[in-house]
Amino acid sequence: MRLTDDQQMLHDTAKSFLADEGSIAKQLRHWRDTSCKDGFGHQLWKQFAELGLTGICIPESAGGMGMGAAEAALVLEEIGRNLTPSPFLTTAVAAVRALEGSAQAERWFPGIVTGDTVAALAIDEGRQHDQNGIAMRAQKAGNGFTLSGAKQFVVHGASADLILVAARTGGSAGEAAGLTLFAVERDAAGMSVENVVLADSSHAARILFDKVAVDGGAVIGEVDGGAEVLARALGAGRAGAAAELIGVAAGASAMTLDYLKQRKQFGKLIGEFQVLQHRAAHLFGEIEIARAVAQKAAALLDAGDVRAELMVSVAKAKAGRVAALAVQEGVQMHGGIGMTDEYDIGLYMKREMVLGELFGSPRFHTNRVAELSGY
Amino acid sequence: MAELDLFRSETRAWLEANCPPEMRTPMRSEKDACWGGRIWVFQSPAQEAWLRAMAGKGWTVPDWPTAYGGGGLSAAEYKVLREQMAAIGARNPLNSFGISMLGPALLKYGTEAQKLRFLTEIARGEIRWCQGYSEPGAGSDLAGLQTRAEDAGDHWLVNGQKVWTSYADQADWIFCLVRTSTETKHGGISFLLFDMETPGVSTKPILLISGSSPFCETFFDDVKVPKDQLVGELNKGWNVAKYLLGHEREMISGMGLGGERQALGASVGPIADPVLRAEIASFDVDSLAFAAMSEHFLDQLKHGETHPAMPSMMKYAGTELNKARHELMMATGGSDALEWDSDRSRGGKTARDWLRTKANSIEGGTSEVQLGIVAKHILQLPGA
Repeated sequence: MRLTDDQQMLHDTAKSFLADEGSIAKQLRHWRDTSCKDGFGHQLWKQFAELGLTGICIPESAGGMGMGAAEAALVLEEIGRNLTPSPFLTTAVAAVRALEGSAQAERWFPGIVTGDTVAALAIDEGRQHDQNGIAMRAQKAGNGFTLSGAKQFVVHGASADLILVAARTGGSAGEAAGLTLFAVERDAAGMSVENVVLADSSHAARILFDKVAVDGGAVIGEVDGGAEVLARALGAGRAGAAAELIGVAAGASAMTLDYLKQRKQFGKLIGEFQVLQHRAAHLFGEIEIARAVAQKAAALLDAGDVRAELMVSVAKAKAGRVAALAVQEGVQMHGGIGMTDEYDIGLYMKREMVLGELFGSPRFHTNRVAELSGY
Repeated sequence: MAELDLFRSETRAWLEANCPPEMRTPMRSEKDACWGGRIWVFQSPAQEAWLRAMAGKGWTVPDWPTAYGGGGLSAAEYKVLREQMAAIGARNPLNSFGISMLGPALLKYGTEAQKLRFLTEIARGEIRWCQGYSEPGAGSDLAGLQTRAEDAGDHWLVNGQKVWTSYADQADWIFCLVRTSTETKHGGISFLLFDMETPGVSTKPILLISGSSPFCETFFDDVKVPKDQLVGELNKGWNVAKYLLGHEREMISGMGLGGERQALGASVGPIADPVLRAEIASFDVDSLAFAAMSEHFLDQLKHGETHPAMPSMMKYAGTELNKARHELMMATGGSDALEWDSDRSRGGKTARDWLRTKANSIEGGTSEVQLGIVAKHILQLPGA
């Protein structure tokens, strides 16, 4: 895919903004070392908004940039490269795609555009992502519903103003039919939120819903039609996570290549050793391939192509595997210092593991490629 | 745009009128390809008519200049021609190392007389070429070649041996790397063209593990080569050789070998063995991703935006994937696929194809050579 002029401009903006303001020292390490309760900076989120990035996927008529997955991917690769903690993927990409076209969009889009609102997705209930395995019930009660159950791996769940909750209004666990997506506000009664710090210092929540009452207007899309809304949000979220993973892989690989050109052992630069050269060259190719398929998947999503779902899973699986290779090779080639907290390469390894799991691991998506291909 | 539309409709009409119905059916195997040349026997009148018609338009080599038998088409027109041929399922009229390998090198390094003679013969499918590069002692270390050409006054006297010469026993001419100086390794190589019927040239097919013999050993014993059959400058043949190799890798990577738009598992159907299913699914992730990469690479190539070493990356990744694909096809076929000669196995096709793919990552520069090129030219690692 070749970039249009608009895309090139967006990419240049995101690249310099994130390298300057979103750097590991200014953001990830700063918030981690000051034990911030959110794990990201609200000030930085405001800066995202000033550049229009929080509204990247929001229609121009609602004050956004009206762009798609292809453009979000350009920003996310830079986020990945700098390990910048922010609600961009969950709020500006996945949640916006869930809300678009619904009555709830009017309520939440303005705050997202201005960088005042953070949204989170409450989907997973077990240790593995499984969108159809959702068991949490939404019981009809008068004009609304009461939600009861438990969610985990709700990224930024404790910092979110809005939580999009997938629950069952019909059917049973394992079925796509009978799911409904609800917009739940942070202070809803009956919700207890445990803020959990993950391995990469990002924050996710475990949320208990004890008869949380919402009215009929909280339903996004149709009752029992949540699978469709969820597919939109997850399609965008997975394609976005793939792009961020490619940034993680590219950042880790760049650090490692620098190291191969500096570190001397046996009187030689270690980059002179063919055993390392070939592994680095293999990794280079894999990152190129992963980027190509992530771009392809984003383009198909934006075009509403029937192959989009398959290619998004190919992209998430490939990007996850390639990023894992990049960080593992990175730590190994750095040797002992790769194990120290002082060096950033370990931070890449931790981020990869979290992002790889988010919205479905490489194994989940590999299985999905088989299912979607009819075997 | 209007001109291009006119070209499109004219091309469509011409193809409809001139492409025989038989040449619009998919090739059943590599054996259906037309290679042309002096000793070529056409497999059907339709194959001959199709080659003649396309050569008459210069469309065997659509983007070469008309002065050398080409079609003189612009990049946009060439694309239209390809699209229109694809639309009716027209076969490639001519397979030729002359077109894909020697031609581009002659266009860049040949004398006017060489271009007029050889390019025109290539375009018409009148000459079939083989490539005299590898030697028993010069494989990955190609520049270590020993076949020598001595200056014998009015001709070169060539002595030595080549190996892995594709279709040498069916070729009319050879483009051949020879040593004309021993002073430096790379700076003592020259690029010669000569007729395979010249006295002193002999070939011997090599039987491969797949049971076929597409390659030969080629021997030169006091072969006299006219002086004007040197391409480029004396002792500067390595530049010509590298340029040609670049085209060869581009061609290999352009075939998209290794990536398919269709999942392998989709052609197999439900797979009972969960381990095999997982392996195939994992392969399909790689293969579908590589297909996207091929598309991206070709697009960049068309716009002249690729790094010169990218074909090496593509060749490496694609050929390794293709080998993995055939390993899985053998696993899927189980003991059926092991039958070497039976009708059930279509003469052991799965097994023979599987064995053939093992050469993918050796020929045209091994995987290890390609990784070395990427490490040096793209990653700029020291001492590579």
